[in-house]
Amino acid sequence: MATSITPAREDSPEAGELAPTRRGRYNVLTRYDRRVLMLMVGIPLLLEIIFIWWPTLSSILLSFTNYDGVGDVGPQNFVGLKNYQFMFSGYTLFWPAFFHNVIWLAWLAFIATPIGIFFAVLLDRELSGTAFYQSVFFLPVVLSLVIVGFIWELQFSPTEGFINNAFGLTKANNIIDWLGNPRINLFAILIAASWRHVGYIMVIYLSGLKSVDPTLREAAKVDGANEFRTFFRVIFPVMAPINTVVAVITTIEALRAFDIAFIVNQGKNGLELLSILITNNSISEASLVGFGSAIAVILLVISLGPIIVFLSRVMRTTS
Amino acid sequence: MGDSRGPKIAGSSERILIPGTGIELPVDFDLSRRDMLKIAGYGSLAAFIAACGGTTPTTTSGSVTAKGGSMSIGSYLSDAVPKKGLQDVVDAFTSANGGTKVKVNTVDHGTFQNTINNYLQATPEDIFTWFSGHRMRFFAKKGLAQPIDDVWNDVKSNFTEGFAASVKGDDGHVYAVPTSYYPWAIFYRKDVFTARNYKIPTNWDDFIKLCQQMKKDNLIPMAFADKDGWPAMGTFDILNLRMNGYDFHVGLCGGQQKWTDPKVANVFKKWAELTPYYSPAFAGLTWQEAAQQLRQKKAGMYLLGLFVSEQFVSGGNADDINQLDFFPFPDLGTQYDSEKALDAPIDVYMLAKKSPTLGTDSGQAKAFLEFMSKGSSQITYWKASPGAIPTANDADPSQYPALTKKAAQIVSGAKRITQFFDRDSRPDFSGPNAMQGFLLRYLSSPKQDTSSLQGQMQSFWDSLTPE
Repeated sequence: MATSITPAREDSPEAGELAPTRRGRYNVLTRYDRRVLMLMVGIPLLLEIIFIWWPTLSSILLSFTNYDGVGDVGPQNFVGLKNYQFMFSGYTLFWPAFFHNVIWLAWLAFIATPIGIFFAVLLDRELSGTAFYQSVFFLPVVLSLVIVGFIWELQFSPTEGFINNAFGLTKANNIIDWLGNPRINLFAILIAASWRHVGYIMVIYLSGLKSVDPTLREAAKVDGANEFRTFFRVIFPVMAPINTVVAVITTIEALRAFDIAFIVNQGKNGLELLSILITNNSISEASLVGFGSAIAVILLVISLGPIIVFLSRVMRTTS
Repeated sequence: MGDSRGPKIAGSSERILIPGTGIELPVDFDLSRRDMLKIAGYGSLAAFIAACGGTTPTTTSGSVTAKGGSMSIGSYLSDAVPKKGLQDVVDAFTSANGGTKVKVNTVDHGTFQNTINNYLQATPEDIFTWFSGHRMRFFAKKGLAQPIDDVWNDVKSNFTEGFAASVKGDDGHVYAVPTSYYPWAIFYRKDVFTARNYKIPTNWDDFIKLCQQMKKDNLIPMAFADKDGWPAMGTFDILNLRMNGYDFHVGLCGGQQKWTDPKVANVFKKWAELTPYYSPAFAGLTWQEAAQQLRQKKAGMYLLGLFVSEQFVSGGNADDINQLDFFPFPDLGTQYDSEKALDAPIDVYMLAKKSPTLGTDSGQAKAFLEFMSKGSSQITYWKASPGAIPTANDADPSQYPALTKKAAQIVSGAKRITQFFDRDSRPDFSGPNAMQGFLLRYLSSPKQDTSSLQGQMQSFWDSLTPE
């Protein structure tokens, strides 16, 4: 892989020509090589600092202020932990939003992702027309979540929508307000989110299944294991790296859930999510940038868990 | 016609002329928000009187304006109907002002509002479309709008004192040119009312009885839609105005009154008498969908702004718009009925101070503002987009259809006028985070004991940084 530069260079004839000296093992890189390496590492690093670390640190700093987005931030803006205090005690939307994110995660983890894996396993069996099914399930994945939101908004609309009309649920006594009833609207948009998520997981898992050594299956068959047992005892453990990726993707999807709820009603009335609270506070007309940043910091802290798991796994597999 | 209130208008604001500048400033620099709204209320009355009373030609000195060149407008008029209206005005302006090139940057209405803060600080266009009321003064105070006292000096004779007050910032400078306004009222179809022999209700009991009758007749009595969050604020406004009076309402919007007040609980209690007659699944409907219920004779009445007429113009047959009519909110039997208070928001054009091109385009931009102040230009816009009423004294009312005339009349008949909750209160309280969400939560079970909800509303208000 690209990370193991040193041994590869030692063996290659070009490296020998370019190297000024072969005495020390640290000199295998020419000055030119070093410059190239510095640029290759430095430019992404610089971009990363400007576009990721700086905004992150700014958010953390702003979370201690009452900055309203106009003009400069000054010492008079600092209010200590007031934003955090209010968020946990006074702000009535924080805990609902938090639990909606938890429900989102649970739904994806226990319903949508398993369905995606199930589809992948089915399609891996070389059914006739497998390509057709694959494209059908994968189609929603190429749509942006905003489009997915629009599509499902039309399906769920109480009087004009497809679902209520198809099932004859448009009369006053039996109308189902899919998007307006705060007890069910979260699940309505979870169906929309799953529509896309299932295909996404399916594709990832399917590519993993294709790379599983077929002899493992044959051996299991010879040993008399049925399909069910073969999958859970042989294939699933072998797929451990993919499983981790799927788990992390599922978690990240749940944490960054935003688009569909925002399209539907800007995340109110039962569709509150942490990411939406950040937006509604910081970049709405309200411009409570300081308070929005405090929520963002909480979301960052929560996100660090899966990010660390993901990174450690990725680094382990490549080394 | 309310002519008896005429003298009050003239005396409601004293002015002082700063020598040598030609700039007039009000003496009372501490005009409170309450005063502003009060004056705005009187003003619309005067608007109507003036509208009835023929034309007053505008005199322009021309010193602040420039011909030719170019300028730009940031517009939230993203719906097809008003968008065409602005384009018509812009075309007329270009030909009248020596071929001034006008770049119109149209942004989705909701997005424009939500990003206004960043927009005005980054690279805004020279002129931007906006609202009067607290929302205008907020950005004036933040130093993001350019005072236009010179423009106002040229055009103020074409506006009533009420409109003059509505475009003044907290510092007494003028920041906007008012171009149109519209009332909120209860809309209905004349043909439906005639066919079923319904009578216009003037008091609450008759109103509820009518709702019951409509329900029996298999109509949705009150169309209602609150997916967008803001429409419910219109009902809250009118109930609070009629039950607790204008002063209390303005105090509540401004934070001088408390949300935990039992008077607010009474509003919610009264509201619960009406909610059983609302469109089913209203929390998932948009106002356009509810307007279609009214247009398609599925619903009997709809409390909304005059802009509901856009849905009658754009969808369906030509007769729909002729059948559209409205009546004022019924009396509730309180001492505040006589105020006849209602929401009548005013839309304005403003100069963006941080516009990178404003330095060179200032003359053209000001020429456009003056152009927009003319009755003839406002009529051009109104012809394309009849959902609001021109503000200029010299706008010729003879072409107005009955609906527009009546709309001007209902505003002029009101002794107190508010803008709308999200224009009268601070933006960080009226958004989806707060007021919109609170009202939706109330509407999810209107019969609830609202004391804990009111407590949350007050504690949210208290958490906001003092303005």
